[in-house]
Amino acid sequence: MLWIAQRASAAALGVCVVVHLAVVMYAVQGGLSAAEILGRTRGNAAWFAFYSFFVLAVTVHTPIGLRAILIEWLGWRGPSRTGFLVIVTALLASMGMRAVLAVFS
Amino acid sequence: MVHRVSGIALALFLPLHFWALSRALEGEAQLDAFLAWTRDPLVKAAEWGIVLALAAHFAGGLRVLALEFLPWRDWQKTLTAGAAALTVAAGLAFALAL
Repeated sequence: MLWIAQRASAAALGVCVVVHLAVVMYAVQGGLSAAEILGRTRGNAAWFAFYSFFVLAVTVHTPIGLRAILIEWLGWRGPSRTGFLVIVTALLASMGMRAVLAVFS
Repeated sequence: MVHRVSGIALALFLPLHFWALSRALEGEAQLDAFLAWTRDPLVKAAEWGIVLALAAHFAGGLRVLALEFLPWRDWQKTLTAGAAALTVAAGLAFALAL
């Protein structure tokens, strides 16, 4: 289950990262300012949906990757590791969606 | 190893990235103050590190997916991953004008 989730989220992130890079390249032309960024992003439902999906993929992918590293490098197993990863997941989801809401809503 | 180290770097970067964007909730001035901070040479150097980490992790991930799902030979996967890493790093460096 985790194996499939990691590959599926990796494939989704591969597409998301390429789209994100294209957006960054477009956005940085002529320098960045808050007014310029927010003027383009706020109220844009399509990009809100895209970046919400991006955050979801990151929230799935990061804890599973960290889990493998924690096991193989630190030998960390058991409920404490699971608890740590649940906190990481919750932080990524909440901080990620807060950022998406800040920029797009 | 490269895939793991770059993955950890990205995992540490993401909360900072999210936090920075969330400052827009407190008003445009807060976000502008952050954007001004990102022009510091040290921050630029850190951004360069993140660019490399993203390129390396992206290419390593493509390699893993190719290894597991495509009937390619090893050297083809390594070449493809190397080419992808170079492409992403060059594209990002250009985009961010580092």
